[in-house]
Amino acid sequence: MVTHTLKRLAAVSLAAALALSLAACGKGGNTSSDSGTDANGTATIKMWTHNAGNEAELGAINAVVADYNASQAKYKVEVQAFPQDSYNTSVTAAASSKSLPCILDIDGPNVPNWAWAGYLAPLTGLDETLAKFLPSTVGTYDDKPYAAGFYDVALAMYARKSVLEQNNIRIPTIDQPWTGDEFNAALATLKATGKWANPLDMATANTGEWWPYAYSPFLQSFGGDLIDRTTYESADGVLNGAAALKWATWFRGLVDQGYMAAKSGTDAGADFLNDKSAIVWNGSWGAEAARAKLGDDIAFLPPPDFGNGPKIGGGSWQWGVSATCNNTEGAMDYLKFSLQDKYVAAVADATGTIPATDAAAALVKGYEAGGANDIFRQFSKKYAEVRPQTPGYPFIATTFTKAAQDILNGADPQGALDQAVSDIDANQKSNNNFQ
Amino acid sequence: MTQTIGAAHPNPPTVPTIENITRKQRRFEKPQRSQRITAAWLIAPAAVLGITFVLIPIALTFALAFTNAKLVSPQGPQFVGIDNFTRLFGDPVFWKSLRNTVLFAIFVVPIQAGLALALALLINVKVKGVNFFRTVYFLPVVTSMVVISMLWLFMYRQDGLINQLLAQLGITGPDWLGNPTTALASILFMSVWQGVGFHMVIWLSGLQTISQDMYEASAIDGATNWQQFRYITWPALRQTRTFILVTITISAFSLFTQVQVMTQGGPLDSTSTLVFLAVRAGYQQQQTGYAAAISLIFFLLVLSVSLVQRYLTRDKDVKK
Repeated sequence: MVTHTLKRLAAVSLAAALALSLAACGKGGNTSSDSGTDANGTATIKMWTHNAGNEAELGAINAVVADYNASQAKYKVEVQAFPQDSYNTSVTAAASSKSLPCILDIDGPNVPNWAWAGYLAPLTGLDETLAKFLPSTVGTYDDKPYAAGFYDVALAMYARKSVLEQNNIRIPTIDQPWTGDEFNAALATLKATGKWANPLDMATANTGEWWPYAYSPFLQSFGGDLIDRTTYESADGVLNGAAALKWATWFRGLVDQGYMAAKSGTDAGADFLNDKSAIVWNGSWGAEAARAKLGDDIAFLPPPDFGNGPKIGGGSWQWGVSATCNNTEGAMDYLKFSLQDKYVAAVADATGTIPATDAAAALVKGYEAGGANDIFRQFSKKYAEVRPQTPGYPFIATTFTKAAQDILNGADPQGALDQAVSDIDANQKSNNNFQ
Repeated sequence: MTQTIGAAHPNPPTVPTIENITRKQRRFEKPQRSQRITAAWLIAPAAVLGITFVLIPIALTFALAFTNAKLVSPQGPQFVGIDNFTRLFGDPVFWKSLRNTVLFAIFVVPIQAGLALALALLINVKVKGVNFFRTVYFLPVVTSMVVISMLWLFMYRQDGLINQLLAQLGITGPDWLGNPTTALASILFMSVWQGVGFHMVIWLSGLQTISQDMYEASAIDGATNWQQFRYITWPALRQTRTFILVTITISAFSLFTQVQVMTQGGPLDSTSTLVFLAVRAGYQQQQTGYAAAISLIFFLLVLSVSLVQRYLTRDKDVKK
């Protein structure tokens, strides 16, 4: 009796397993036939994006795709959206199984890495279009463009005009930013008022890519860098040289002098709006909230000039074409279509970011010449420094993050920087310098 | 099989019964074979999953540890001998992580096991409302570790709940997670708080297998509470103890989530652990081969510690 039941159970599970695997095969079969051409001769082009969690951006992208599909009958672009957290993993997995979609978006600093790994094909026939784009919105590797984005974002020092005026601190302008000394003096003055425990907030509680994005520009302003950009072979002398040491000492000094907390609150922007800090290092994405709360009192200030000019990080999400795409022509055609000014404007408007072209900026409220947000666009144009265009960047980023965190926590600056340099050099070397 | 049937038939078998038996035996053998097939089918899902997700990855880790495999790369992995291990043993962060991992395990195992036992003894009484306490102690276990880490992250802040409470007593608390001397201890404390409920339940199940008669008998002999614990409860919990020792040790060695959410290995590597190091190297730094080498070391560490524990807690009575 028992055996009988067991037998039946086994048979049923076998049947269920078969049914499941058949269903899986059926699904697989459908997907692969998708990328082909249908009865009307329309070729389907698959497109992946990271912004499943960002309705505004996804909506704008979907609108561009709908317009494109309606504009011609040769190609049909099909969007598949992923949550940002699992996007890079999905792309890496798809690449190793050779099933990348034709079009995909890429976070700016990853472009050289993916181009080198053979994920991406260089963009062709777009030179004229890309010439009009902000340099930081075009992802290049080996002097070839591999990706282009609709927008960029910029960092700025947020402060209250009233606070600066009360303390007789000069309000810096894009033509005449604070010098390093002026900035330090301003912090000393603000600290002396006793009104803020730490007048400066650099959002040090943020993790991940924020560290190289937000703090390596200061290093560059001091005259150092993450790696020697002439050869991309070594960080020796640039990340542990005299300029870098000055940066590290200054950075640590902010904490020692009580100008800044070693670890800020979880929401630096909100802390500033609640007057828990006098100056905050924040992105253009916080501008709307700041203006809503403080009105005309808010000032978006350029970062200080520590000798090598003010610097901010550049490069946000960008679009590229995969190297394994079987319809490169169609993919390039879509990119060319999507990079028109009106779509650049639409996406930037939906996401509250800096439009990549001048003509698009004129179409987005706030970013037109003299508009309330135009200042961010000027920062991007004038100060933006893209992160090193080497496939070793992901390693450099984590190594720099660790070094900067250790320095803030009291490690010997020279020792931490030397260790970072030797790690970065070893990684570049073990990859044959990505030749 | 014959024995069983023989036992069922105490009378000496006659010829017809022998025939009967053999027929019965034959009938028994058939189902036995199909039972084996059934068993194979039943074990298949677990075996397939186990091979795919445990055995193959372990084998891959062993192989990858000796290559320069990268997560993202145009070239396939190449054999590099023990290069990964040479680099690893020359990396000061590795030694700090190893030290932190071992320190964490050394402290967590006795503290968590002891506290869990104390709680289990407390709630192993027949009092009204004891289920309420059981639930309360068990609550952190069913909450996601990420959520708990986030909550404690806020509580441990310089101006967080814990320091606010200390301020009431006139004590200025440190920045718990921002200070290299307190960071690992802070993570240890919250980890114990989170995991203690689970092991409490295990202890409790062990306690409830002890016959009440033994306590009554010893009470008649005039045993004190301590003597009851020392000579009845403690020896009777030997199996439970071994299980708890092994499970806490293994989970202590694989400390990762709290570190990832709360400190990212900082400040100054004071909370970096082997698993954290492996994940960082393998995913953020894309060095699959190097991460595999770290995992291999980790595997050997856990394996050897488990073997030592098994040897120390082996069933000594069996030999007699």
